[in-house]
Amino acid sequence: MNLSGVLIPFVPLLGFIINGLGFPKVSKRWAAWIGCGSVFISFLIASVLFIQSLTGSFESTTISLFDWIVAGNINVGFSFFIDHLTLIMLMIVTGVGFLIHVYSVGYMHDDEGFGKFFSYMNLFIFFMLVLVMGANFVMMFIGWEGVGLCSYLLIGFWWKNREYSAAANKAFIMNRIGDLGFILGIFLMFITFGSSDFDKVFAGSSAFATNDHVMVAITLLLFIGAIGKSAQIPLYTWLPDAMAGPTPVSALIHAATMVTAGVYMVARSNILYSIAPISLEVVTVVGLATAVLSALIAITQSDIKKVLAYSTVSQLGYMFVAEGSSAYSSGIFHLMTHAFFKALLFLGAGSVIHALHHEQNLRKMGGLRKLLPVTFITMFAATLAISGFPPFAGFFSKDEILVATYEKSPAVFWILAATSVLTAAYMFRLLFLTFYGEYRGGHHQHEHIHESPRVMTVPLMILAVLSTLGGFLGLPALFGDTHWLSHYLEPVFAANTRLTEHSESSLLEIMIVVLTVIVIAVIWWWCNEKYVKKKVAPAIVEDQLPLWYKLSYNKFYVDEIYDRVIIKPLEWMGDFFYGKFEANVIDGAVNGLGRMTVWLSGQLRKIQTGNIGFYVLSMVIGIVLLLIYGLSKMNLF
Amino acid sequence: MFALLILLFPLLITLAILIRGGERVSRIALVGSIFELILVCNNGFQKFYGDASKLEMNVPWIPGLGINFHIGLDGLSLLLVFLTALLYPFIVRASINPQSPIRNPKSFYALMMLMQFALIGVFMARDAFLFYVFYELALIPIYFMCAFWGGERSIPITLKFFIYTLAGSLFMLIAILYLYFKTPAPHTFDITAFYNLSLTATEQSWLFWGFFLAFAIKIPIWPFHTWQPDTYTVSPVAGTMLLAGIMLKMGIYGLMRFVVPIVPEGIAQWGNFAMILCIIGIIYASLIALRQNDLKRLIAYSSIAHVGLMAAGVLTVNASGLQGAAIQMLNHGINVVAMFFMIDLIEQRYGTRNMNELSGIAAQMKRFSWLFVIVMLGSVGLPLTNGFIGEFLLLNGLYQHNAWYAAAAGLTIIFGAAYMLRLYRNVFLGEKSNFNNESGDVKGWETRILVAFSLLIILIGVYPLPWLELTSNSMQELIQYFSQQATAASL
Repeated sequence: MNLSGVLIPFVPLLGFIINGLGFPKVSKRWAAWIGCGSVFISFLIASVLFIQSLTGSFESTTISLFDWIVAGNINVGFSFFIDHLTLIMLMIVTGVGFLIHVYSVGYMHDDEGFGKFFSYMNLFIFFMLVLVMGANFVMMFIGWEGVGLCSYLLIGFWWKNREYSAAANKAFIMNRIGDLGFILGIFLMFITFGSSDFDKVFAGSSAFATNDHVMVAITLLLFIGAIGKSAQIPLYTWLPDAMAGPTPVSALIHAATMVTAGVYMVARSNILYSIAPISLEVVTVVGLATAVLSALIAITQSDIKKVLAYSTVSQLGYMFVAEGSSAYSSGIFHLMTHAFFKALLFLGAGSVIHALHHEQNLRKMGGLRKLLPVTFITMFAATLAISGFPPFAGFFSKDEILVATYEKSPAVFWILAATSVLTAAYMFRLLFLTFYGEYRGGHHQHEHIHESPRVMTVPLMILAVLSTLGGFLGLPALFGDTHWLSHYLEPVFAANTRLTEHSESSLLEIMIVVLTVIVIAVIWWWCNEKYVKKKVAPAIVEDQLPLWYKLSYNKFYVDEIYDRVIIKPLEWMGDFFYGKFEANVIDGAVNGLGRMTVWLSGQLRKIQTGNIGFYVLSMVIGIVLLLIYGLSKMNLF
Repeated sequence: MFALLILLFPLLITLAILIRGGERVSRIALVGSIFELILVCNNGFQKFYGDASKLEMNVPWIPGLGINFHIGLDGLSLLLVFLTALLYPFIVRASINPQSPIRNPKSFYALMMLMQFALIGVFMARDAFLFYVFYELALIPIYFMCAFWGGERSIPITLKFFIYTLAGSLFMLIAILYLYFKTPAPHTFDITAFYNLSLTATEQSWLFWGFFLAFAIKIPIWPFHTWQPDTYTVSPVAGTMLLAGIMLKMGIYGLMRFVVPIVPEGIAQWGNFAMILCIIGIIYASLIALRQNDLKRLIAYSSIAHVGLMAAGVLTVNASGLQGAAIQMLNHGINVVAMFFMIDLIEQRYGTRNMNELSGIAAQMKRFSWLFVIVMLGSVGLPLTNGFIGEFLLLNGLYQHNAWYAAAAGLTIIFGAAYMLRLYRNVFLGEKSNFNNESGDVKGWETRILVAFSLLIILIGVYPLPWLELTSNSMQELIQYFSQQATAASL
């Protein structure tokens, strides 16, 4: 069992190497088989381990391959760790990852960089698996930065487009801001615990008092990393731009897996966070603010992928709110259901974009229900899931988060509940604009629209099933206390299990169910009125918009503010240092010396003949003579 | 004897080149430098892990003055000698370009090999006088190479470099002489004897500046760096590689060999100040690098940022900082030489190294752009590349010293990514530029050199342990001398 666990990340790495070195010699057919097959093998191995864990023949294991960095107080093993939390993540990453790989075979079929695409995707899976399987925080950091690299490569996959490569750079650089926080947190861990191994760190943390400064500092520094990777305020602006990448990339990296790394990391470090309630409050506030802000932006966007991107940011905020409320297993639960329905939404959007020949503007869609039936039905399921309509997957996970927050702070609960309404609103708006009403694109195009090939629709269907039924892994107390997932994760969150077993929450849950149904019914009616009967399409003329719409449409001008406040001043400083400071101040001081130099060199020139060969020769002769003089003292000759 | 062989072999090659002459001297230099690498690998490492005493040699040279011909190879020296020997074949090969043959190759390659002799001498010397001789000797060939084979305005620029560094080392000479006279009569220049001197805090404070100025100029540390970007930019590619890849390590090495064990009290007084200079330099140079359009100048400034971090790591005098600086010297040498080599390839093919004139060259040079990515990742310190190991240990060392220093110096993680990705995007991505590239993608030996560099970057990044172990004893010794001296001074 030990060895097979290690294989999980390395099979996709092998796929990367073959497809990477073989490109473009390996045929598309083979590239697809290698790319998908390697992830599928990992999925199979992970499944075997997962089944073992269900039957009870599995124990958490650490597998050490070799000592990686040993110097001073640093001792990092190249080691993997598998426990129940890892297994859940492994199933999500390899399972959803595999489906998206298969989908990509259809989506990328006509792309000249087909093999290259699969090699990048496999490399991503490798790093993502290292991230969730690392046995210490430095190993996690390998995966952490590695997925950032793959994200960079895949956002800029169509590299001839300068805007795309700008988005790729932005993603990488903003992630690195978070990474700096993460790595500083690791350093503090080494000072505090003498190690970054999970077992040693978590065991050592028990010696600390609640809200001990060191623990608060470590958890906050780690959370800076999470903010970058999981696109939270203030480092979220890279994610919407990251939609420049091919749509399967958005589904895999920028929705289902990579961006949830921060959520995983906080869950993994739950023992540390529980000692630092201050940090948990920061996590809650950041998550909540992000959930609200990005939902507000999502509601007016006219690019189908941008809507989904802001929705992802918002949902990640949900997960952090859950974790901030110490409901770690609810955070992971939502991570899982979100991976299903958001991957599905992106792949569905990809199917639409594919059918419309790379049209992403909601204005130019509409009425696609009949033309793309599979895409429509699956996306419909996903929309219900993300809106939290019972009994779709999102309902259970959201419900759980809401209940958890209510116990902690009713204010947070109400804000989050209001955000849920916004979520349903922007999702049904997207659904209606895309599939209902009449087609708003050109007539010529209309005739060419057809459903995507089977290789794309089958993954959609599987994900639709998961989005519909996935929630039953975490049935809440209301339906009889059989919350499988939180029991499964109990060993990881033992100190912090927060099962929804409190009976007083039943009333709350019923209330949530009823409210959700009513709200969604109202939104349905409203969307129907607006987008079908009145045929309203998203605005394009900015001047006529009301202020709130304009603010939302322009993403509250956050990018522009960053540009003015951070980027421009840094550029100005660079120019000032180079143009003014360097030449006038520093060199001004050196020039005094320089003038002396000129005078000196004038004197020296008199004894120079200008024949370099002569200089070299005389120098060498001099050295040799010196050496002979020295060596003669040794009686060597 | 083995040590002597390693030291003298490049001099032998120099003589061979001078005697043989002709157009084929570059081949002599290439074969010679490969042999030197084999010598270092075979004899150096073998003896190091076997009978290490064979790597030391101590004979009187000018006995009247207490000057000994004392050379040795501990882990730290061996690391740098290996780095020198490793990079030399690449540098020699990179300088051979049939399209634009080097003028007066005999002198050029003789200077180059003489330079190797001097560099190895610096890293092996155990006698301060000998060290000083090699330290100055190394300056002469590089000066001529850069001045006479360099680009526009190379003579005034390299003269500035020459005088600047020479002036710096004069301070070191004074410091060495002072230490010499402090040793019990008959005086000696032996470095280990210096380690055991008991010096007052005031003395250490002055001595610190004597050494620090010399090394700070050589490295260079902000604000002593203004010679560097111009010199790197105008030098011929081999000269730039020698300067950035190996020569600046003389400064870091000097900090380790002299400053740390001899003047701990000086570090206690001035270390923080010097570290802050280093950190200012990291941020300052990174911000300038972000705005450069000349590729060579961009890498020159990025190098100031990188070496600033190494120097700061040394001054923390903890195991992590020192070990990080040691392995980062190796890594930086590999990465920066590969980087300058690639910039030279771009310039040869497109006739410019101005970022604004280049665009989309990945379309014409697919293989090259991939290899560039690997080297770039090494230079931005992505985990599983060599750069990460060094950066991680260095920043960790700084963090142990002062968390805020680490946070400020850690900005290099962000800025480094920003300026390298900007370079990559502007030069490699986008639509193809108007320039014609008749040579096409890298091929033959060019590919082989770059693949070798890329493999080194990944191998060291995945399995750095041998390199960390190589220097760990030397670093422990330094720390011991440091703390022993510090307690002596405080008594």
